[in-house]
Amino acid sequence: MTARVETETSTPAAPAAMAKSVPQALAADSTPRRNFGWLVPTLYIIFLMLPIYWLVNMSFKTNTEITGTFSLWPQDPTLRNYAVIFTDPAWYSGYINSILYVVMNTVISVAVALPAAYAFSRYRFLGDKHLFFWLLTNRMAPPAVFALPFFQLYSAFGLIDTHIAVALAHCLFNVPLAVWILEGFMSGVPKEIDETAYIDGYSFPKFFAKIFVPLIASGIGVAAFFCFMFSWVELLIARTLTTTDAKPIAATMTRTVSASGMDWGVLAAAGVLTIIPGALVIYFVRNYIAKGFALGRV
Amino acid sequence: MERTWNNKAWFMVLPVLLLVAFSAVIPLMTVVNYSVQDTFGNNQFFWAGTDWFTEILHSDRFWAALGRNLLFSAIILTIEIPLGILIALNMPKKGLGVPVCLVLMSLPLLIPWNVVGTIWQVFGRVDIGLLGFTLKALGFDYNYVNDVFDAWVTLIVMDVWHWTSLVVLLCYAGLVSIPEAYYQAAKIDGASRWAVFRHIQLPKMKRVLLIAFLLRFMDSFMIYTEPFVVTGGGPGNSTTFLSIDLVKMAIGQFDLGPAAAMSIIYFLIILLLSWIFYTVMTSSDDQA
Repeated sequence: MTARVETETSTPAAPAAMAKSVPQALAADSTPRRNFGWLVPTLYIIFLMLPIYWLVNMSFKTNTEITGTFSLWPQDPTLRNYAVIFTDPAWYSGYINSILYVVMNTVISVAVALPAAYAFSRYRFLGDKHLFFWLLTNRMAPPAVFALPFFQLYSAFGLIDTHIAVALAHCLFNVPLAVWILEGFMSGVPKEIDETAYIDGYSFPKFFAKIFVPLIASGIGVAAFFCFMFSWVELLIARTLTTTDAKPIAATMTRTVSASGMDWGVLAAAGVLTIIPGALVIYFVRNYIAKGFALGRV
Repeated sequence: MERTWNNKAWFMVLPVLLLVAFSAVIPLMTVVNYSVQDTFGNNQFFWAGTDWFTEILHSDRFWAALGRNLLFSAIILTIEIPLGILIALNMPKKGLGVPVCLVLMSLPLLIPWNVVGTIWQVFGRVDIGLLGFTLKALGFDYNYVNDVFDAWVTLIVMDVWHWTSLVVLLCYAGLVSIPEAYYQAAKIDGASRWAVFRHIQLPKMKRVLLIAFLLRFMDSFMIYTEPFVVTGGGPGNSTTFLSIDLVKMAIGQFDLGPAAAMSIIYFLIILLLSWIFYTVMTSSDDQA
């Protein structure tokens, strides 16, 4: 429902902002004419919101209403679908599992990436370029290639169906991602700051923790956000490495077929709940989204 | 930035190296191992040389999946890149519209990929989905479960829905970096709207466009979850992309040899693409 409301409020806001912002050179050729440029993003946003609205809409309907009648909004709004998820351990444990391995992965990725990114941004060393490139290839590697060997590797260590297995496996693409993003942010900090700190008698660890980390705090936030996101959206590896105890919510969702047929309402409610973590923090990272997806290079 | 030569920096990189070696090198070596061996069970392996590679490179199944992948990537790039530029050009640059647009447009990027699949699976159904129901009501014979063309259209629209915002955000980041003075100069010269785009905006967006192009190409080339959820590779094999085929072969049928050989070939293609990406990134870093 919130998605729909936001779309509607954005419509009047967009043209007002456009009128002020369009550079004069573009707005007026020789004769002043009305500018319909705001229509393009507005239509695009409506296109983006429709499927999401439909999911939210379905999550408040009963299964009889979903399959029986066709209605643009819930005729008989119900919270039953959400109640099922919050009371059935098979459902809510999926969320807990996902959050556990995602948080573990984010902490590990950012922690090991910080010193490495500093090294890449400040020093030249033997094989640095090759290493930086090799990290990138792991970010770009298709998870499908790794699914089977991961299964065998983690079986050998007896780690199958544990949260740490998924957290470590997701390091495959998240550590390179964090290194690249942090390197992008760190390169923006002038080197003179490091040198001044050393002259002032700071040791390296003290300088790093007290001066450098606060300077790139936003970069750490962005890196952590993207690690969280990419671990949260990944399904193939997470599903391969887990069976029951650490099964992610994404995998739980693929099995909503019960004896009485498909439980569409619960499926929709589960989907809505997986969108919420991203939707909650999106505002804080809005200016860095492009930078994060482009590996810190915009 | 001038960087000093210091080999001790290796110690800072060591944790990353060990961790990624554990999660990338060891699994990759397993794949290499399988790709040159054959087994009759009981953990007995025989040297098979390049047999599996020959088999894969001569199998229609592999080439068909690769062809579908390339076709899919080509179609979505042709749609998403121009559409992304068009939307970015018309985005507000000041005021309340900016955060509203940025937040709403970013939303699909942050949805778990299988949920994206679920959303479109439901949205496109003719019985309960808004899209499918509307199309059917308008008299179209739309059914993505049975019809190859409809399945492709659904997957393409889904990918446009999911990822066009990435192109928009990158282009927008390039556009806002253009100083206002450029537009004023263009106005004094009496430049047309097209001339402004061609000679000011496009050159300034060149780098971000290149990044967007490469990212979209690579990510669409390894797409798995979304088509797996929506069509499961069907109808028939019409939407079976490389990833889906690979997982089917490796985990479904446990054909380790061919699957491993296919993984290696797949990985080599990605390696080549990554190298292009890296070259582009680092060369433009030097310019900046």
